[in-house]
Amino acid sequence: MRGTKIALGVGAAVPLLFLAVFFAWPVAAIIGLGLGESGVGAVLADSQTWELVAFTLGQAAASTVVALLAGLPVAYLLARCAVRGRGFVRLIVTIPFVLPTLVVGMAFRSLLGDSGVIAIVLANAFFNVAVVARTVGGLWANLDLRAEDAARALGASRWRAFTSVTLPALAPAIGSALAVVFLFCATSFGVVLVLGGSEYRTLETEIYLRTVQLLDLPGAAALSLVQLVAVVGALLAGAIARRRRETALALRRSAETARRPEGAEWVVVGAALTVVVLLLLPVFSLIVQSLSTRDGWSLAGYTALAGDAAESTLGVSGLAAAVNSLRTAFDATLLAMFLGVLAAVVLSQLRRRRGRLAEAMDMALMLPLGVSAVTVGFGYLVTMDSLPGDLRSSPVLVPFAQALVVMPLIIRTVLPVLRAIDDRLRQAAATLGASPLRVWREVDLPFAGRSLLAAAGFGYVVALGEFGATSFLVRPDAPTLPVAVSRLISRPGELNVQMAYASCVLLMIVTVAAVALVERVRVGSEALGEF
Amino acid sequence: MGLRLSNLSVHYGQNLAVSGVHLEIGDGEVLALLGPSGCGKSTLLRAVAGLEQSSSGAVAWDDVDLAGVPVHRREFGLVFQDGQLFPHRDVAGNVAFGLRMRGADKRAQAERVAELLELVGLPGYGSRRTTELSGGEQQRVALARALAPRPKLLLLDEPLSALDRALREQLAADLAVLLRRAGATALLVTHDHGEAFALADRIALMRKGKIVQTGTPHEVRKRPADDDVAAFLGHTGESASCPCCGSPIPDSAVLGRHARHGR
Repeated sequence: MRGTKIALGVGAAVPLLFLAVFFAWPVAAIIGLGLGESGVGAVLADSQTWELVAFTLGQAAASTVVALLAGLPVAYLLARCAVRGRGFVRLIVTIPFVLPTLVVGMAFRSLLGDSGVIAIVLANAFFNVAVVARTVGGLWANLDLRAEDAARALGASRWRAFTSVTLPALAPAIGSALAVVFLFCATSFGVVLVLGGSEYRTLETEIYLRTVQLLDLPGAAALSLVQLVAVVGALLAGAIARRRRETALALRRSAETARRPEGAEWVVVGAALTVVVLLLLPVFSLIVQSLSTRDGWSLAGYTALAGDAAESTLGVSGLAAAVNSLRTAFDATLLAMFLGVLAAVVLSQLRRRRGRLAEAMDMALMLPLGVSAVTVGFGYLVTMDSLPGDLRSSPVLVPFAQALVVMPLIIRTVLPVLRAIDDRLRQAAATLGASPLRVWREVDLPFAGRSLLAAAGFGYVVALGEFGATSFLVRPDAPTLPVAVSRLISRPGELNVQMAYASCVLLMIVTVAAVALVERVRVGSEALGEF
Repeated sequence: MGLRLSNLSVHYGQNLAVSGVHLEIGDGEVLALLGPSGCGKSTLLRAVAGLEQSSSGAVAWDDVDLAGVPVHRREFGLVFQDGQLFPHRDVAGNVAFGLRMRGADKRAQAERVAELLELVGLPGYGSRRTTELSGGEQQRVALARALAPRPKLLLLDEPLSALDRALREQLAADLAVLLRRAGATALLVTHDHGEAFALADRIALMRKGKIVQTGTPHEVRKRPADDDVAAFLGHTGESASCPCCGSPIPDSAVLGRHARHGR
């Protein structure tokens, strides 16, 4: 037992140490830098700051409501309806979530023009329909139908049964989804940068502008602090909701709970399908834009991307940027998988022995999800030259930052599956002579195998599209595709915009392929993960 | 000489689940640990298996203290109430698991698997999926799995209580024969005295974390240590027992009241 304790300690220390060096330290350094120059009071007293806060929270709240309204019918469709094509709907809904933020920004720009608030809200919601549909749908699929049947037998109408029985049971999942969606929307960067222009700014883009363009560190630090407070609050709410979700419900295998819809239920199915069509709209718009020029259909953007035109704007060819993207994301995924799976294993073990400790560690590991990637990226620049080996100018830094963003997603995908394994199976294996490592290989791995692949796939596409931190750290001569896109759209000229659209389509193709692969793998294991 | 527990105590959170237990099981003996649910008997069994840490006292096998020996080196077989078969392996894969962990070669594994499936009355079931099996069949496979690596001691944690009554009686009779034929030393935890009397050479009665009486089934039945034990067992061996829960019906009881057990 002592050996196990030591192993758990080491297992917990590695991801936490990574978090300390590559997250807590840079963020603390940025905050310290700001506080040191005593400009924080001024920033907090400035009415413009509070307008920023109001706009950030307001657009996040609006986006969250839209995502919830769009996501619930889809959750219902995925969870309860035995209709053909559910797998396809699941795929369509999932894609936006992992699309690079810049790509989504560009897609909505191609659809709505540079038209401010509405575009920002819709684009943020577009991302997060998947979070609502999956988180709520996952629980819904496993809810025992018989409670609803009992209510119906007692005289409740279909709607009444839904509001009085099903909705309260779903509340924890809805709460957890709302917290996560709000978090994502409040810290969304690429979308606001592309669609908001200089007119509409959130805390996140303002932090970026102040550090990069105005070099106003105290201001940026104060804003980071405000954002951090909001994030921790939302995470707390989510943790409380999750704790309730994992305990009190009578769950059933999902196969037993899906039925063919009848009567008014078709209306809900219709609403869900409408959402699906709306989700496809920006995607098609983006593809059309990438292929059309003032003179009609053309592949000019794509050919220019591969050729000299890109080289003259970016300093490298589009192909080189793409290869760089793929390779960096691969390294990041490898690192994040190692750390994330290790953390998930430790967390699943810890919860059985030390619940509180597990919860605290779980929350700490989720923090990077909410803290401005921009802050982290800038923090690297400030802190990393005190580490040996001059990391600051090293290409290693980009995958490290991306791994930090990806790791929480991997944990949230793998952990629920590990927790769902009956501990007595592990004990049975142990009494039969399997050492702790062997138990992991013989019991945990076969169960979690599919979710590990899914986590790696998701992690890869998220790393591929990461922009906030990457934009800070990438060396000028080796941009990733999202960074190349942002450079292209900041330059004048139709060909540059054309190339940006083409890059977005390429990114989207890679993303869709990866997600489709993940969905294939996940079928049968019935997505227990929260994303 | 077998298993010896001396002054064993186990804390479960704040509660003292097992308190100062002394117990011995001789080679080839089947001992039933009998008591109401929540009396600490399962915790005791888990401490013997090494799954629970004792707060004081010792678990020893052949006079060697097992304190530093982890679960997987104790060579004690364990059967849970609900099988806990590995769902990703077929029946043969489950039975062979312990042999594989000990590095037995493929042929030896196959032979032993066939032998055990024969023993538990499921010959030819090797390639079946565990999810296709009935509850009783699953328990038989779980037993075969635990016996396959020839454990020094077999730990049975309410092995029959998840089954319906007819199956339970059938399997109890089979299990009694099977344990004798395998020559197994076993610790059986149960709340069902019928099961304990049918299977055990000796019975230890447990209440609130303590052993209150040990003896052969005959001794325990004839001379219960105190009134509570007598009440738990039903005061005589001869009286009729409730058809649904198996508990003895006192002469004075109205049958109608007892019939509520049957839902």
